[in-house]
Amino acid sequence: MGLSRRPDAALAQLSSGGDPWVTTRLDFVVNWARANSLWPMPFGTACCAIEFMATAASRFDLARFGMERQSFSPRQADVLICAGRVPFKLAPVLRRIWQQMPQPKWCISMGSCASSGNGIFDNYAVVQGIDTIIPVDVYVPGCPPRPEGLLYGIMLLQKKVMNERAADKSLRNEMEPDPRSQLYIPPPVIDEISEPFGNSVHQTRSGL
Amino acid sequence: MSTSFTPVVAGSALPADAPAAATPKSISHRGGSPNPTAAALQARFPNSVRSVTVVWGETTVIVDRGQLLETVRWLHDDPSQRYDFLADVTAVEFRDLEQPIEVVWHLRSLPYRRFLRLKVLLEKGTPLEVASVWSVYKSADWLERECYDMFGIRFTGHPDLRRLLMWEQYKEGYPLRKDFPLRGRFSRSEQLRQALAANPEARYSKEELTIAQAFEDLPDDMRRRLSAGEKTGE
Repeated sequence: MGLSRRPDAALAQLSSGGDPWVTTRLDFVVNWARANSLWPMPFGTACCAIEFMATAASRFDLARFGMERQSFSPRQADVLICAGRVPFKLAPVLRRIWQQMPQPKWCISMGSCASSGNGIFDNYAVVQGIDTIIPVDVYVPGCPPRPEGLLYGIMLLQKKVMNERAADKSLRNEMEPDPRSQLYIPPPVIDEISEPFGNSVHQTRSGL
Repeated sequence: MSTSFTPVVAGSALPADAPAAATPKSISHRGGSPNPTAAALQARFPNSVRSVTVVWGETTVIVDRGQLLETVRWLHDDPSQRYDFLADVTAVEFRDLEQPIEVVWHLRSLPYRRFLRLKVLLEKGTPLEVASVWSVYKSADWLERECYDMFGIRFTGHPDLRRLLMWEQYKEGYPLRKDFPLRGRFSRSEQLRQALAANPEARYSKEELTIAQAFEDLPDDMRRRLSAGEKTGE
């Protein structure tokens, strides 16, 4: 544990340009609190929502991970869990809900449809991956994923939260879409990752 | 406003010695005795009925495009038919370019326990228009809107023919037509751009009948916005 580290070691780290001891300890406490009290906002549109309900119910018990309170208002939510396919008609709604959530916020794309359109929904009506609308932190594969899969995704998200640093302001940048097109990814990139098997060929969806 | 409500009892118009309703067994694919309504239609509208076929025990009557509304009204009103339930309105387009688009109405007569499938053929190259049966069946409202949305068939006389499933500004065409590409006509980014341009809160306008009726019950701010002539969904 870093708490037992001697002050001169912290001083050495400070002089070498790293984060000061106090900041890292504060980060740890804040991250620990955040990671263990993530309030999910379920955005369930399809069968994945059923698996989400199973995850939240007594057998798998989402409350063990600090998700006791399901937030059905984006204003009080930390994690948007998009469970199910998103048709184009719903795209502005999802975007609006994401914008209504206060920082810090994260997003889990649950299931193949939300992550990539799932191939079978490669048609005129369905968004090919919600990461073309909002930024996504964790993708959970599966059609639908079992509750264990979602729990694993949640634990990965907790790990990600634990590694955040308050000094890194870029983490909290609200991604502003291009005011003219309302897209935050360049159109050619959207076309590229939306093409058939785009998600298998281009493994760079979240990294852009 | 109160309307008297008379429950419809299935089979109530059948004679007392009619056999009890049962799931039919061993139906032949083609042939079999047609629904008695078909003969009645042929007698009543000899120029309108083009063909009567029986497939899997269900009767399909192809009628003339111009006399559809008259036919449906008669089927609904005539005491010997009483088709009081419109189950579905849809259309079929075939891959064959010569074959006409079929518009299909599924009618059900609860008192007589009858089912009738009406069809109208819309030849390719003619305007895809057919009379709306909204004046006979109010349930045709959304069914015809869906059919218009997916196939582009215009139902003349429909009070509010707008898209139902796709959003109203959808520009790519009619998705269930055979010439419509599966992934749509535009690129994904353009589709997304157009979808995101829609304002999710702007869905209602005073032109919508239900909102106009519920106007007094709406919250104050919405009443103010609508009274100021706010157009929505544009």
